[in-house]
Amino acid sequence: MSRNVYSSASFRERWAAAWRSFRVATWLGWQIESNWTDPFLFAVYSMVKPLASAAILVVMYGVITNGQFQHPIFPYIYLGNAFYIYVGAVMTGVSWAVIDDREHYRTLKYIYVAPIRIPAYWLGRGVARFLTGSFAVLITLAAGVLFLHVPFHPARVNWPLFLLSLTLGVVMLALMGLVLASISLMIAHHFFLIGEAVAGALYLLSGAIFPLEVLPPWLRPLGFAMPITYWLELIRRSLLGDVARGFPTLSGFTNGQLLGILAGLSVLFGLMAAVAFRLCDRQAREKGLIDQTTNY
Amino acid sequence: MNREARPFLPPVPKASGWRLFLKTVVARAYPRVIGQQRERSWIFFDVFLSILAVSAYVFVYRAIGAPEEYVGFVVVGGAMTAFWLNVLWSMSSQLYWEKESGNLALYIMAPNSMMAVLLGMALGGIIATALRAGAILLVGSLIFHVHYTVGSLPALIAVFVLTLAALYGLGMMSASLFLLWGREAWHLANLAQEPIYLLSGFYFPVKNLGFWVAVGASIIPLTLGLDAMRQLLFPSGAALGFLSVPVEVGVLAVLCVLFLAAARGLLGYMERVAVREGRLLESRR
Repeated sequence: MSRNVYSSASFRERWAAAWRSFRVATWLGWQIESNWTDPFLFAVYSMVKPLASAAILVVMYGVITNGQFQHPIFPYIYLGNAFYIYVGAVMTGVSWAVIDDREHYRTLKYIYVAPIRIPAYWLGRGVARFLTGSFAVLITLAAGVLFLHVPFHPARVNWPLFLLSLTLGVVMLALMGLVLASISLMIAHHFFLIGEAVAGALYLLSGAIFPLEVLPPWLRPLGFAMPITYWLELIRRSLLGDVARGFPTLSGFTNGQLLGILAGLSVLFGLMAAVAFRLCDRQAREKGLIDQTTNY
Repeated sequence: MNREARPFLPPVPKASGWRLFLKTVVARAYPRVIGQQRERSWIFFDVFLSILAVSAYVFVYRAIGAPEEYVGFVVVGGAMTAFWLNVLWSMSSQLYWEKESGNLALYIMAPNSMMAVLLGMALGGIIATALRAGAILLVGSLIFHVHYTVGSLPALIAVFVLTLAALYGLGMMSASLFLLWGREAWHLANLAQEPIYLLSGFYFPVKNLGFWVAVGASIIPLTLGLDAMRQLLFPSGAALGFLSVPVEVGVLAVLCVLFLAAARGLLGYMERVAVREGRLLESRR
């Protein structure tokens, strides 16, 4: 088993194996995600889903406010929703690989006996969805700027803060996906995608589409415990500047403090991912769940 | 083991005709329902997390100062998403999934009707999903203090039953279409989530999309079903409704017959094409 192969390996050998697993899984994930159709249909597929998701909020907002898209809360909602695409994409990409390999391709048992690092393999499988998610984010942002007056001015964007926040955020989401992937080892194939189900639930708590002040007071602490909350605030500040600071939720924090909190919570999720994998992996082996198929 | 080697076992009575049809329906519905008991993780992932997801849309409406009945619209729409997801993933793409996992060939070889297999999937899916949708509706209504004013209970039940019958008829029809597809089936099912949430007005009255868009979206039974249910559940529902309830009930009844008949015809046709072209056992991975 992969665990035993590397039990006596040096750090350098472990790292090399993890990188190789990540690289090959990235290639494999991209083939699975993209080569089922021609590039045109794939592009349409990648555009329609995020645009429809954004349009739901736009219609809801438009119906209630009679189309007041100039109000500062609209770019707050729109940008939060656009970048939230990464949450579902990355978490689903990493965690769905378990069910896909176990029950669809039935290769998880072979992957387990191959000389690869399983967590690195799962992270690699998530890269393809990260890439398609990036395309979806770009399309959604472009639609907002072109048709809905989202105030985006490239010259005013704080690009270093944006790139740093985006990188840190994607790493944090991948680690959350790793926790879900470990849990997926223990559960059946339900008809829903576990990553999307969790992303849908965190939509409420992360302040993605409304300020946390709208939540009941007893729910707000959960929102403040979510790293996604700080990540989205940083993204908004870097892209919108003062407009984003107009909402009171995190206005007391500087950019540096927000980055520090995000980094700290990401490290915490990294530790949780390691613990979750060790626990779930052991349980799945002991209960014989590695090659189970559940076809209800 | 042949019959001579086990002389004390009574011969197994073989079902045929409508008895075989019914037994097949029950046999395929059984794992769907029993799976709920064996895999309790759905309670957390499918009910608890779904309630949180629905709540997000409720708080969006509160953030922008929407009237309170919109909260009720969201809760009802959110509960009905469970049925749409079930039709997409456990009906439409199910035969594709069964093909990939090797069960489809067994279904075809067995002396039962494929229509009964599809009906069993639908029945089991309806029972299992009704529990989830009911939980979302109940908890969502209690948390957000949604007040319902049921104008006519028989009409509400009729709309609900017709909506589900038409919806699962659509699922049975698309299942046979998906039989011919490879991995496209999976991605097309994935594609039919958010766009249908938008076009069918899961979180807002479909009337707001404009007449012709709403007419086009009415091909999805949930569009008119949700609209009619909202009209029958909320005092302001009628003012925000797309068509009158009797018209929507009539269209739903037509859709119901149309989809079930089309499912039967398409299933036979697609099975013949799939057998002729050797697609029943192929696995384009």
